[in-house]
Amino acid sequence: MSLVLVLTLAGQRVALLAEEMEAVVEIEAIAPVPGAARHVAGLAALRSRVLTVIDGRASIGLGAAEKPRDAVVAVVEGHPYALLVDAVEDVVEAADIRPLAAAAGPGWSRVARGAVEAEGDLMLLLDLAALVAGPQAEAA
Amino acid sequence: MDELLTEFIAETRDMLGALGGAIVAWEGAPDDRARLDEIFRFVHTVKGNSGFFDLPRITALSHAAEDALAAVRSGKRQADHALVSAVLAAIDRLGELVQAIETGDALASADDEALIEALARVEAAPQPEAQAVASAPGAARGPAVRTIRLPIDLLDRMMSGVSDLVLARNALARRLRDGDHDAEVAACFERVSGSIADLRDAITRTRMQRIENLFAALPRMVRDLGTETGKKVTLDIDGGDVELDREMIEMIRDPLTHIVRNAIDHGIETAEERARSGKPALGCLHVSARQTGNQILIEIADDGRGIDGDRLVEKALAAGLVDEARAAKLTPAQRHALIFEPGLSTAREVTNLSGRGVGMDVVRANVERIGGVVEVDSRKGEGVTFTLRVPLTLTIIPALTVRVAGHAFAIPRSAIEEIVRVKADTVRVEALGHAAVATIRERRLPLVDFATLIGAAPATDAESRMLVVLKPAGGGLYALAVDAVQDHEELVVKPAAPAVMAAGLYAGTTLADDGRPVLLLDPPGIAARAGVSLAKENPAELEKPARSERAAVPYLLFRALDGARRMVEASAAQRIEEVRPDAIAATAGRLRVAIGETILPLEGCGETAPEARIRALRLTDGANEIAYGVAEVLDMIQWSGSPIPAPTPGEVRGVALVNGEQVELLDLHWLFGRHAGVIEGATRPVCLLPAGDAFMETILRPLVEAAGYEVRHEGEADLAIVADDAEPPPATRVLRIAGGAAPAGEGAVHRYDRAGLLAALAAGRARG
Repeated sequence: MSLVLVLTLAGQRVALLAEEMEAVVEIEAIAPVPGAARHVAGLAALRSRVLTVIDGRASIGLGAAEKPRDAVVAVVEGHPYALLVDAVEDVVEAADIRPLAAAAGPGWSRVARGAVEAEGDLMLLLDLAALVAGPQAEAA
Repeated sequence: MDELLTEFIAETRDMLGALGGAIVAWEGAPDDRARLDEIFRFVHTVKGNSGFFDLPRITALSHAAEDALAAVRSGKRQADHALVSAVLAAIDRLGELVQAIETGDALASADDEALIEALARVEAAPQPEAQAVASAPGAARGPAVRTIRLPIDLLDRMMSGVSDLVLARNALARRLRDGDHDAEVAACFERVSGSIADLRDAITRTRMQRIENLFAALPRMVRDLGTETGKKVTLDIDGGDVELDREMIEMIRDPLTHIVRNAIDHGIETAEERARSGKPALGCLHVSARQTGNQILIEIADDGRGIDGDRLVEKALAAGLVDEARAAKLTPAQRHALIFEPGLSTAREVTNLSGRGVGMDVVRANVERIGGVVEVDSRKGEGVTFTLRVPLTLTIIPALTVRVAGHAFAIPRSAIEEIVRVKADTVRVEALGHAAVATIRERRLPLVDFATLIGAAPATDAESRMLVVLKPAGGGLYALAVDAVQDHEELVVKPAAPAVMAAGLYAGTTLADDGRPVLLLDPPGIAARAGVSLAKENPAELEKPARSERAAVPYLLFRALDGARRMVEASAAQRIEEVRPDAIAATAGRLRVAIGETILPLEGCGETAPEARIRALRLTDGANEIAYGVAEVLDMIQWSGSPIPAPTPGEVRGVALVNGEQVELLDLHWLFGRHAGVIEGATRPVCLLPAGDAFMETILRPLVEAAGYEVRHEGEADLAIVADDAEPPPATRVLRIAGGAAPAGEGAVHRYDRAGLLAALAAGRARG
């Protein structure tokens, strides 16, 4: 059993491992980073920390977030990130991680680390590091 | 691991570090009782401590060293070279053994025995006369400063905590400024603010180390290198009490080591060679540190033979790093700076110390990575001085905040040479396609428009913008155009996420005083991204935009008002102006444009004035100026080759193939020819053309006019042009034109021999 954070991203219910998350925040203002990859929405300040804001939709190649919304704060390889998502639901207990039975579809398969069952639903468990890395990691 | 053992390892390592200098000093002066005592105390302490932990090898070795040193202390032995070397070897082995315990590696049970033997070996008969009475161990030391050991992680956490505190204070200060003023709250805040500043100072200082820690290893290194190369070198160290962020100390350890090695291996000569050139046999290496502002200056000066600039240039030429033309123009300083180029080493033979051509380029790279600069100054036959300039700390840097396209950015102040206003008298900006050039007080610098670079439109008009002249570490100067310069701030810089760094433009992130995230710009990265090749030589001598090459000539590529792609020699295009339609009028028989205070003939628009804003290239032939209307400037290109000539003379002299597309080349000669006389107001020579000849009238006439003639059909003339078979009219000079496929007769020029025609026309004019 593990705790997962259930959220919606690009209209899908998905999960992230709760232990990897630090907080759920609302991002107010984003300062853009000109010249960076498209999935880097910009920088945001959170309690005197600078977060690199990652647009979850852009990272999986499904458009871009329409307006600043809920974000999940997490540290990946020493750098604090905020991942913009559609909405954050709740932290729930989930059964063990299972390998994906079928292809998750374009964009999703790159960021999916498996599937979990939570609250009776089967949903993708996303890989935060892959979301942060963005689509260019695969193209390269 | 056992906590006591950890303590033992840490303590031993610290003592070892501090001891290096003492051992070498002792060798130089074996009578120096204080040094001997110091070394003795070390081995004695290690022996004692190791007994607690069951470390037989360490115990045996330190015991043997203690015995040998005790013999010297009691005057039974002399501190000769062999003994000193044996003691050094033993101490080195102790260091290795301690290291092995820490890492858990098994150290090959090597020849401890041989070391112990070497310590015991007495070379000469003991000197009979006794030394001065031994002072009690430890008595020489003053009262010890009480210290505790802290993990570095903890210090880092404290530092980042304080940084956050500073930012939180700034945010609070902002709120207080905006809100109602309550004197008591304000006073309270002042107190908090002051305490935080003190705390930040103190914490910053905990991360500071005396540079002694870095210099401590040098005496030993110099001694060993001297022994290895058979050179005699004294080391003179200054300014060991200068304090530096411990991270910086680690970062400059390797560069410093390398420079010192080089100085002894290549710089300082052998004793015989020194004697020949009238120098003292003992070479001298001077290492000093001092603080200037927020930089630390570390100088490494030797009194050796200096850098052989000629050889460096020779090698640079051979390696293709410079070409002959550039090599000839290098100043002495630039020649010496070649030593930092990859793949160059002046050592005539490869030694095991240095001379493989890896080194000084790595030194420079490492110093630049921490925002430092390395410079070299060499005087032939007198020595070389290397100067490292490094910032005090990596984490808090003074920066300038600027605004570009509505975003704030920070630029490290250490990289800024000066800031000028675009509209200042001493500043001229010439936008030649993408390769813009800023001329600041007669100094030409590549210009990078940051707004363009990030694909944004500048928020302010060109005139009110600012140019920040940047001196990126190791490169030449360039100017960065920004919309506005905001403020000087001390910024706590944090590393940026990889996805941000991937843009290649930024060095880190920070929070401005208003609490908003700000990106710290990376001056070398921006230069690379903008395609500005930062000439390594002093850019003050940069005569042309950095892009120009030898064979190819720069051309300005543009889209003409009629939609055609054309290009013109960039050297003739002085600048590009925005022209409003009301500035253009058909006056005195032709289109003219008013630009500022001058009126210029306008070409490129056909016969009718354009109705929308256009851009005008201001073209010059050195004496005259005309404007050429274009729809947009596309690019600055390098092009060499010969165009396919245009069949008729006109504003286009030919067609060139550029990147697979046909581009028309402007005929500057023709264009200026059309206006030369008008502009100068001089009387033009007269050329007589036969009337009614279609070729003469439509094809040849423009060429003749372009050459500066006034064309008439009758009357007196300076030059008369006639068909080859026609009767020449009275004229100072006659030019016969051969027609069709018939070969040209004597003195005649074929009608399509453009060069021949132009030459004849020029000759006629010169006479007239």
